[in-house]
Order: sequence, then structure tokens, then C-alpha cells
Amino acid sequence: MSNLRQELKAQIIEQLNLEDLEITDINDNDELFGDEIGLDSIDALELIVLLEKDYGIKITDPKEGKEVFYSVETMATYIEKHS
Amino acid sequence: MRQKPAVHIIDDEIIAPLGWGTSANIAQIKQRQTAIKKHKISAENFYYAALFEEEELQQNFKKLSFSNAEDFTKLEKLFLLTVHQLLERNPINLEETVLIISTTKGNVELLENAENSIPEKSKLYSLGKTIQKYFNIKNEPITLSNACISGGLGLSVGKRLLEENAYKNALVLGGDVVSKFTRSGFQLLQAMDSEICKPYDKNRKGINLGEAAAGVLLSTEIQNSTIQIVGEAIANDANHISGPSRRGEGLVKAISSALKEAHLESSAIDYISAHGTATLYNDAMEAQAFGRLNLQQKPLTSYKAHYGHTFGGSALIESILSIKSLQQNLLFPSLGCSEIGVEPPLNIQQNLEEKKLKYALKTASGFGGCNFAMIFKNLMYA
Amino acid sequence: MHKNHQISASVILRNHQVIFNGKVIFETAEDLELLAFLKACYQDLEIDYAKFYKMDLLSKLGFIASEYLAKDQKLTPETALILQNSSGSLETDLNYQASISNENAFASPSVFVYTLPNIVLGELSIRQQLQTENAFFISEKFDASFLIVYLQNLFSTNKANAAICGWLDLDKEGYNVFLSLITQDDKGKALTAENLKENYEQFKTRA
Repeated sequence: MSNLRQELKAQIIEQLNLEDLEITDINDNDELFGDEIGLDSIDALELIVLLEKDYGIKITDPKEGKEVFYSVETMATYIEKHS
Repeated sequence: MRQKPAVHIIDDEIIAPLGWGTSANIAQIKQRQTAIKKHKISAENFYYAALFEEEELQQNFKKLSFSNAEDFTKLEKLFLLTVHQLLERNPINLEETVLIISTTKGNVELLENAENSIPEKSKLYSLGKTIQKYFNIKNEPITLSNACISGGLGLSVGKRLLEENAYKNALVLGGDVVSKFTRSGFQLLQAMDSEICKPYDKNRKGINLGEAAAGVLLSTEIQNSTIQIVGEAIANDANHISGPSRRGEGLVKAISSALKEAHLESSAIDYISAHGTATLYNDAMEAQAFGRLNLQQKPLTSYKAHYGHTFGGSALIESILSIKSLQQNLLFPSLGCSEIGVEPPLNIQQNLEEKKLKYALKTASGFGGCNFAMIFKNLMYA
Repeated sequence: MHKNHQISASVILRNHQVIFNGKVIFETAEDLELLAFLKACYQDLEIDYAKFYKMDLLSKLGFIASEYLAKDQKLTPETALILQNSSGSLETDLNYQASISNENAFASPSVFVYTLPNIVLGELSIRQQLQTENAFFISEKFDASFLIVYLQNLFSTNKANAAICGWLDLDKEGYNVFLSLITQDDKGKALTAENLKENYEQFKTRA
């Protein structure tokens, strides 16, 4: 398992205050906004801030955000491509 | 059950970038004017908003012979001017009057330079104290902060207190100013259109910010009124703190409860002044709610493309405009909707139109999942 | 006037103590951070509600107090939520302001959402599934007389048949929470401004 994916999980838990979750509770391919993790629209905006703050990547198109934030895997792939 | 006294609308005032005084605002609305303009933040950054010209505000403040202009914040000045206008036209007994102030952020701009000490005026209740002191109002003012329904809730609170005979008159004020605080926040929420907003349109992208203040005088004793509040209610979606319920649960409940209090069926409503912020989800939610109550055919206006979203002021300003529609038997045009983009489609009022009106419905919805509905009756309807 | 309505339960959160109907039912050391005290309460309540962690401090305070208040009773679906405080959402406002004043900081959208005092009413509505009347008032001091008149109107117009009402305040100096459950039960004290005020005035210092 890659470090980036682990790092992302820790950052997501921290940034979104998901204190009831451990890194091991999130699988790379879990749907972040589905039943497994259950994020909402404000979380999506927080993830945009996270990408900019920690990876210097700006997402301005909300539609793009939806694809990027589908899972930890899609986020990691996007970061790898854009950094 | 004990009969409650009827609560009447006696007078109103709107002070907004669109116009100084209610009549000036109506004149602008009839001409399809908007106060929303492009404003610069920095060299490459701009936003669309309806803002006061500093110069105009100072001039008007001077004209009304208030002293020490520099002692008051912008919002205080707007509220003082509003109350001044209302009291000048209506010599009411202040001993029997309660002041109700609706605002979301008050003087929040004072926090910008707060450093370590919190300015007393950044507390929302301080606005009431300033006005109370200036006009010598004996009763303790009531202040409320309930997101985007604040101005409407202020009218409800006024009506409720008067119904209980706690006071004879209520001066309900609502307002907010635009600050870096709210501007940056709505940018973060990606909730602002980069052009003039387009309520209910297929291509709507979000809100514009606006600043304004308004006031309404309510009374149970003054006799010459033509408008009565016949029903009102608040209801929460119990769904999400920043997004509305998709099916408009709280709004349906608020409207139903207001209709029940007014002893009316939804078919009796002649006109709707809706919230229409031009965000994707708000407008879609409203269409769902109106559809569920079979109100989708009623002529409907959003004033957000005239004023921007004035938060604490919006529901109060839009209530006043509904009252003017009833009094003048005129439907005012909604701006910004060229192709309807909600389901079921709503009957957006596109032009100025004469029509006999008896009942107007005003609605608003806001963060925290709150929803507001109020029904005004035209007592001159024949 | 209020033949049918009683103050059926009250909760006070002060000095890191939880006081339910006049009895201390939970406490921690007074020198804990507020957040740590609230988390200890959350554990004491033995509930599982992930949204708790996302709330700002004002909402956490309101949430914890209302959980204790509603612990042993089922709220009726027409329970209104009517709260007052003197500071609005000032603590969260200051957090947000700090993040936009600092060029190098990244402001948080969720912090901004909590810069409205009535957000806590939304949180409580969601938790208790109450699609009811709610309002947040700002006043310098706890105003029991106003609450009584307001509730009287809500009950007599059938807009609510019960209420959670009270004081929920947080500022740099500390926090002060007093919530009462008003119902049509037989038990409890009569709903009057005097009784509400009397309940509020208890436990100003640590018991």
C-alpha cells in the first residue's frame, strides 16, 4: 500500500474531524461520499482546501471534484498526475 | 381558546443600494433595475454584489441631523436611519413598543482589527442597545440571528409578542452589511455566481452578496392599516446544517402551518415572494415544496437579482415588497430567469402586471435547515 | 395560564459539571480543556454519533446538554427549540476571522458554516428528528420572561406542544449552558418566568 494513500487517509480524518474512524477503517476504493464513509457537501469543500493546502493543487470545477474525490484511490491518482 | 388580537402592518421602510426609501425601491423594481454590480477585490479578483456608495450613506446620515456620524458602524447608521424614518411618519407610543432586530452577522467587520480585545459592538445585542438609547425606547430590545430567515422570523416574533398583548407595537428591523468575512466564506462554499445571479434559471450558479436594512412597524391598535398578517410559521428540515432538504420538508411544513393558522387552502394564495437565492439546491428545493402544495402555478418573484442576498434584511425587504404588491395590486417582475431550470417548473413573474391580489405568501429558507412562511392579507381587496 | 405545561427537566453545564434536575450526574476535573470535558460527557452518554466530532464548540455544548435532557424521555414530534445567548457564534467567528486574516492560513468552509448561532438548532433538529419551530435569540442576560411569552404563543397557537428552551453561551471567559424541557407532563415545576429563572440561577459555582 502506498504512502500517499495512507497519508491521505490520515489527512482526511484530521481535516474532516472523522474522529470515530481509524486509517484502517478506510479502504483505498471505498466510496467517500457513499454509505461506507458518508461524507457530505461541506466535506467535499474541505477536501478542495486539503488538496490546495497540502498538495498545491487547485480544483475549481465542482464536476471535476466529484470524480477526484470518489475514493482515496482516485484522489491519490489525481495527485500523482498533477504534482 | 382566547381570541388573539389581529396584527397589522402599519408602515415600512427599505434602505438599500437599489433605492433610498420603499417608494424609491419600488420605482426601481418597476423599471427592472438591479443594484448588483461588479466590484474589485484585487487586481485579478472581483465579485458581483449590491453595495452602498459610502458617499451616499454619509450624505443621508448628515441630512437627518444625527450627530457624531463617526461613532456609529455602517449597520448602526442604516438601522438608525430606518427607525428615524418610521418614527417620523408614525408618532407611536414608545412605552408600548418593542424593538426587534434581525441580523446574521451584525458588526462582524469589527473583528478584523480586534487583536486581543473583543469590541463590545461585535456582540449582536449591541445593535439594539444603540437604537434603544438613541430613540429612548424603554423596553429591552429583542435580537435574533437565525441565518437567512432572520428578517422573516423578526416579523413572526413581533406578531407573536403582540398577539400575547406583551406590547401594542413592534418595530421590526432587519439588515446586514457585506464584509470580507461573509464574502470569503461564500467564496469558500463556492456558492457565488461570477455574474448577476439567475434565480430559478437553468444556468444558475449561486448567490450575489448584498447589503441593506429594512424596517416594518406592526401594531394591534393603530386602525388605518390595509394589511394583516394572518398566518406564519417556522419549521426545520432536520436534514442538513448547510444544504436544504431535497424535497423541501421544512418549507412544506412551514407553509402548511401558516395556511392552517390563516384558515386557508393553498389555492387561496394569489402570489408568492419566494427565497430564490439562485443556488442550485435552494431553488430546486423550493420548486419541490411549492409543487407538493400545488402552488407551482402561482405567480412567483425572487428579488435576489435586484438586491443580492442581504441575509438579515432579505426576508424583511421581500415581505415589504409583497405587501406593496397587495396594496398596489401589482405583480413585480423577477429578474434573471430566462429558461426555467427547476422541477416542477414555477410560474416566474417576468413582467410588471396589474392583478387584484388578496393573499400573498412570503417564504425563506436558510442554513441550519430553517424555513419561514408568512401570509399577508389585503384588507382592501374587494 | 400554563395549566398544561411544566418544566419537566433541566440540565446545567457549568464548571465541568453536568447537573440534571438539581443533581450532579457527571463531572470531570475543572482544569480540563472544554473540548476534553465535552468528549468525556459524550463517552459518559454512551452514544455513537459521528457528527458530534464535526461540530463547533457551541454546537457540541448544545448537543451534550440536550442529550442529557432527552436521555430518559421520548421527545414529542412537536418540540420547539428556542435558545438564547449573549455571544452568538463569537468563538467560531473569531476562529474563522483568524484564518482569513492570516495570509498563510487556509480558511475552512465548515468553520464558516458554524459562524451562525442557529446552526446548533439545525444539529439538534437533525439528531432529534424535529421538523419544528426554532429560533435563536441574542440578549445580554438570560431573559426568562421573554421565553415564557414566546412559548405561550407557540403553545396556544398549536405551533408546538413542547419545547427545549434556555441559555447556550460560549465566549473567551467560558461557557454557560442551561436547558429546560417543557412538556405537558404532570411532573415538574409550573412553567413560569420565576421558576425558569430560579432553575437557571442554581449551581453558579461548582457543587
